[in-house]
Amino acid sequence: MPFVNKGFHAKRPTEGGHKLPPGQYETQDFPVLTAGPTPRIPPVNWEFRLEGLVEQPAKWSWNEFNALPMQSFNPDIHCVTKWSKFDTKWRGVSLDTLLEHVQLKAEAQFVMAFSYGGYTTNLPLADLRDGQAFIGLEYDGKPLAAEHGGPARLVVPHLYFWKSAKWVQGLRFMAENEPGFWEDNGYSMRGDPWKEERYRSDDEDASTSSFRL
Amino acid sequence: MSRLLDWQLATVTAIQPETPRAKTFVLSLPQFTPHRAGQHYDLRLTAPDGYQAERSYSIASPPEQTGEIELTVELIDEGEVSGYLFDGVAVGDQLELRGPIGGYFVWPAGPPESPLLLVAGGSGVVPLMAMLRHRQRAGLRNPAALLFSVRTPEEVIYQQELEALAAADPNFKLRITYTRQAPPGWAGYHRRLDAGMLAEAVALLPGPPQCYVCGPTGLVESAATLLQAQGLPDVAIRTERFGPTGG
Repeated sequence: MPFVNKGFHAKRPTEGGHKLPPGQYETQDFPVLTAGPTPRIPPVNWEFRLEGLVEQPAKWSWNEFNALPMQSFNPDIHCVTKWSKFDTKWRGVSLDTLLEHVQLKAEAQFVMAFSYGGYTTNLPLADLRDGQAFIGLEYDGKPLAAEHGGPARLVVPHLYFWKSAKWVQGLRFMAENEPGFWEDNGYSMRGDPWKEERYRSDDEDASTSSFRL
Repeated sequence: MSRLLDWQLATVTAIQPETPRAKTFVLSLPQFTPHRAGQHYDLRLTAPDGYQAERSYSIASPPEQTGEIELTVELIDEGEVSGYLFDGVAVGDQLELRGPIGGYFVWPAGPPESPLLLVAGGSGVVPLMAMLRHRQRAGLRNPAALLFSVRTPEEVIYQQELEALAAADPNFKLRITYTRQAPPGWAGYHRRLDAGMLAEAVALLPGPPQCYVCGPTGLVESAATLLQAQGLPDVAIRTERFGPTGG
């Protein structure tokens, strides 16, 4: 029989028919988690790049990027530190739109998102396609605040939120999967909240790979 | 080092009230893995109907304290997990844990003889206490300072131990600031963290410190920005948000 904490029960039912991934709880707050100081990037210095395994790298200035077709997105987001937030309101540029500007080489299978301030996080390319990911520029009708990753943040809502790189500067396409910042510190290579892939040892192939915590 | 991060059933061996809203749980672990000061454990509660809730709690004890860990938990309003831990858990009960977790907000991360500046807001002091306890137990004598921001005197977690440490160790400086209500006759800081306070904290140390900042978002953001303004490089400033997010 599995372990039970006597007398423990859910305090709040989840509202609005939303489903919480295992181990998560709903918050109305928008917590800020960062490993270091918040970078402040003046738009005049900002640029966004697609590089690595592409025939021709692509690059946008702040004005060029803002001239790209924008869409609204209303995802539920899930942080590995256990909070989830429902129906967040974003505007941004779909990754599908950005990927139209480069020709990927056949061996490109993985992506390293890199950020101002030095943050990195790795993702399978397949997790960025088909409407699954966007570069968020506005949150709740306002320019995205620096502490939430502004001026521009990668948003991949179906994965734990550390994959949604704040202060994103570009994406590098790779043939092999490589760990980014938190992944190198013991966190999951994929981070699917529905499979509760929080840490490297939660990954399906963890038994065959070595990792450090 | 390779290991699986499995859930284990820990036993509560002591519960120590720290403040009216913070308690320390001493947990005996069947499989103790020495942690690094600053790391956390995940705690999971399971209801009879199968519902599970998880939270992360920083380890307060040093790795030298083997076989068990101490987690200091702040009671959160309407907190599903902290509320149960405060009211529903007694010595002898079991709790499911896995860890230690986290590889960045840890000390030492570089040469342990470097000056160390710790900045805490409220219960954000917990992982910093693990660093101070580790520093003491390991016999490290590097210059260290803790700037601790609390609202009122009753919120100072580990007050006696911190004051005893500061009295016994000339290399450790303790500075508390009370943002709302200070104790009677208080001559120290009585305001929110600001540029002057951070400059004085840095000046307590003989050289540029490695900094660890932990507390509520506003404090962490402002302290990290003020430390940058002191000329410290980003890589020398490690931050962790801590405090109520609904849990």
